[in-house]
Amino acid sequence: MREPLTAESRPLLPPFCRLHEDRVRGRTVLLAPERVLFPCPTSLLVLARLDGRSLSEVADGLCLEFAAPREVILGDVLGVLQDLADQGFLEERTP
Amino acid sequence: MTLQPPIGLLAELTHRCPLRCPYCSNPLELTRAERELDTASWGRVFREAAELGILQVHLSGGEPTLRPDLEEIVARARAAGLYVNLITAGVLLNVERVARLKEAGLDHVQLSLQDVDPASAERIGGMKGAHAKKLDAARLIREVGLPITLNAVMHRQNLDRVAEVVETALAIGAHRLEIAHTQYYGWALVNRRALMPPREQVARARAVVDEARPRLKGRLVIDYVAPDYYARYPKPCVGGWGRSVITVGPDGKAMPCHAAHTIPGLVFDNVAERPLAWIWRNGPAFEAFRGTDWMQEPCRSCERREIDFGGCRCQAMALTSDPTATDPACSLSPLHDRLLALADADSLGDPDFTYRRFMTRPPVASDELSPS
Repeated sequence: MREPLTAESRPLLPPFCRLHEDRVRGRTVLLAPERVLFPCPTSLLVLARLDGRSLSEVADGLCLEFAAPREVILGDVLGVLQDLADQGFLEERTP
Repeated sequence: MTLQPPIGLLAELTHRCPLRCPYCSNPLELTRAERELDTASWGRVFREAAELGILQVHLSGGEPTLRPDLEEIVARARAAGLYVNLITAGVLLNVERVARLKEAGLDHVQLSLQDVDPASAERIGGMKGAHAKKLDAARLIREVGLPITLNAVMHRQNLDRVAEVVETALAIGAHRLEIAHTQYYGWALVNRRALMPPREQVARARAVVDEARPRLKGRLVIDYVAPDYYARYPKPCVGGWGRSVITVGPDGKAMPCHAAHTIPGLVFDNVAERPLAWIWRNGPAFEAFRGTDWMQEPCRSCERREIDFGGCRCQAMALTSDPTATDPACSLSPLHDRLLALADADSLGDPDFTYRRFMTRPPVASDELSPS
């Protein structure tokens, strides 16, 4: 993804980046090319909701669940995902 | 200290290869085809690896596509729950094979690049027509939707073309580019005089990478493996001995790193005879340099001892004949200045290669820094 993520972006994990239940370590890991990532609980909450929705919609959903200010949640979502996007671990659904 | 589970398995399926690269990381004494593990044995190793906590398998060689059962090996690795990476030169792939590998569950391909200039690439790899076949393979791999990491091994004879290497990575649609300076073990150590770049050339290449990285952010991730003779601190080889990866050779020999066999006196267990979990926890070769107790000064009291673990044991062995010495690539090693002088001298050396091949009496890689 070339552009910085915004509230309107609709990022997805590409087929070659998989969330995996790691029974040995008792946590969810993200398997990616030449990398294993150990996402924090916040990142996992966000990643689980990426299905082609816009990040604005993702933030709306999380607001309802966690009763936190929307701008704070959207900031967290963008922060968590931009890092993954920069590493090439997110792709954008073409409209 | 609690032992954490390993993360990666490097599975060297074969030492056979149609290329003859003079920096090959395989041993000087190559394992012959008749001693290779069969499909079912690899399947069992993958299941044991996953139970031990391994998450990714890197199917390597030699050239792993020489194994006619590679599709089945991929399928068994995937069935065990592993993320499956294929490390290949690409020169034997065709459209049907790529489709079958994808179908079997392959996740990612690491494609090697010898050079961007076809004549030079084919001289380095020692195989005619290899470059065009590789570019074809890259196209086929992308067409089935698999991601590519382009792995360019750099040295004096191709380093001036690093900008074109970046362009090639973009042109083939690679997701990642690894610009990896040659590491001097095995065949590369034999060929060091033909491969070592002068420091000015390394600085120019570094500037190209530093310019390209921010410009290509979001399009191409560039990893840069520094030439460690010229580095300030050594690389934390394999993330620390017996700490995160296991290598299994073609014949089933389990090693803490793919060059560990160069250290005399280490006893390696075989996955055909012992469970992988036992080897990981108790195998004497894995225990040999775990932790920090084996260290000498200046490593023993160094604040970086758990960051780079004294550097590389195999390099310490190759250069000083003592596998517990500080890696001379470290600027804190008392031998570092002599290593730099050696690198400077080698960078002016003869460009002819000793190509890798199966032989009864392998060439000798010397240990120049040891007192004679």
